Amino acid sequence: MALKTEPFALNIGPAHPSTHGVFRMRATLDGEVIVDLEPVFGYLHRGVEKLAEQRTYTGFIPLTDRLDYLASMSNNMAYCLAVEKLAGIKVPERAQYLRAILAELQRIASHLIAIGAFLNDCGAFMTPILYMLREREKILDLFEMASGQRLTYNFMRIGGVSQDVPEEFLPALHRFMVQMPRFIDEYEQLLKENEILIARSKGVGILPKDLAINSGASGPVLRGSGVKWDIRKADPYAIYDRFGFDIPTGIMGDSYDRYRVRVEEMRQSLRIIKQAMEQIPAGPVRAEVPHLVHPPIGEVYARIEAPKGELGFYIVSDNSIAPYRLHIRAPSLINLTALREMIIGWKIADAIIIFGSIDICMAEVDR
Amino acid sequence: MTIALPGKEIADKLAGKFPGTIIDSNQNYCLVKSEALLRIGTFLKDNPELDFKYLNYITAVDYYEYFDVIYQLTSLQYNHSIILKTRCPRDSAVLPSVVGLWRTADFQEREIYDLMGIRFEGHPNMKRIVLWEGFAGHPLRKDFNGT
Repeated sequence: MALKTEPFALNIGPAHPSTHGVFRMRATLDGEVIVDLEPVFGYLHRGVEKLAEQRTYTGFIPLTDRLDYLASMSNNMAYCLAVEKLAGIKVPERAQYLRAILAELQRIASHLIAIGAFLNDCGAFMTPILYMLREREKILDLFEMASGQRLTYNFMRIGGVSQDVPEEFLPALHRFMVQMPRFIDEYEQLLKENEILIARSKGVGILPKDLAINSGASGPVLRGSGVKWDIRKADPYAIYDRFGFDIPTGIMGDSYDRYRVRVEEMRQSLRIIKQAMEQIPAGPVRAEVPHLVHPPIGEVYARIEAPKGELGFYIVSDNSIAPYRLHIRAPSLINLTALREMIIGWKIADAIIIFGSIDICMAEVDR
Repeated sequence: MTIALPGKEIADKLAGKFPGTIIDSNQNYCLVKSEALLRIGTFLKDNPELDFKYLNYITAVDYYEYFDVIYQLTSLQYNHSIILKTRCPRDSAVLPSVVGLWRTADFQEREIYDLMGIRFEGHPNMKRIVLWEGFAGHPLRKDFNGT
């Protein structure tokens, strides 16, 4: 006799360890299978876009730290690039290289958390993430050396960076560069062909190429679906046209491919840092910029390839000391657009993995 | 390098196809009438030479008398992009939804509705996204009193 089941609604989150912050998925279940899903946002909404209208251009930089707090350097950089483009400010060479080095270190740090948390979700509880945190700690030490902070750096400024790095920074970075490839090899040895990981994530949560493009996915999510699109190559900003690196892509667009793309991207980031360390010149790290920036009337959109995808700032200026309107193109929010399609038909335990493989930061989703 | 197609060039192309729908165009953007937005969007997306299959973002700006809504479109194949704008008056802030063309619009149109108060007709789930139902006003409007 076939048992009749009745669909019922289940709230996953907002306070649940596997939702990586305060995110709620309202799932409709038929037995254990998810037949419908609605993401619910807003628990961390602080109105950052409105706050920007009441702050000076420089005064907004600390708030960018608090968007995706796992990638504060990248946020600083995207915002500063937008204001520099709007006001026509030229950044000194040394600052450009420091920015590139720090942004790539940040990408590694963010991917370490993404991979560690993803494996936690897969059931490899705590061991991998502690390995990843061990290495992230070394990156945070470098950031602390440069900026004095370990999470919200507030390091970049309009026209450069706040100060030059201390003289022990580059030797310490060199030591990190020697160690890090060995650590990545170690993860690969542990995880690449790990049966738990493969059984739980291969073929799970497939995001087809067409849907990925149509739903505006970016970053490792888009590349995991086999689209070779990286803003560092497609639309090089700052000095990224001077570095040689590859764009790793996935084949199927499943959770495993997204994980693979992130691991490969860490290797490519190391390649970029190595080239930047060889090329970095001496000199000033900050252009002469007035205390209060008055960009001319106009509008601008500047974007970077942040660890989670295309991070852009759209700014409208009315020639005053504060933006007339500032919009943040948040990759974390837009990457969730296709979440419903990716999860429907899978069980609850898989939904956690699929969600984890997208890698979001709620502070950026809600802003 | 992503080529930013001049708004004027796109406007000339569109003017031949959809006469009377272009309000303004310059180097940076092309401003179109809201009632033609869906037709123009479909053309831009499906035309093989333009191939705007990727919508980067949507945002809205409050200019007191009217709202401007901005769409940035990109072709991943040709690596070119344009900025399409449309306008709606403040007293009847309604626009057609582009979710049917680009799924990217889903959450972003809800966000604009929530924070700017522009309703998108044809959106399958037009409700607030970050604020709660019953919140008074739309915070990103310039006349919103937050204190």
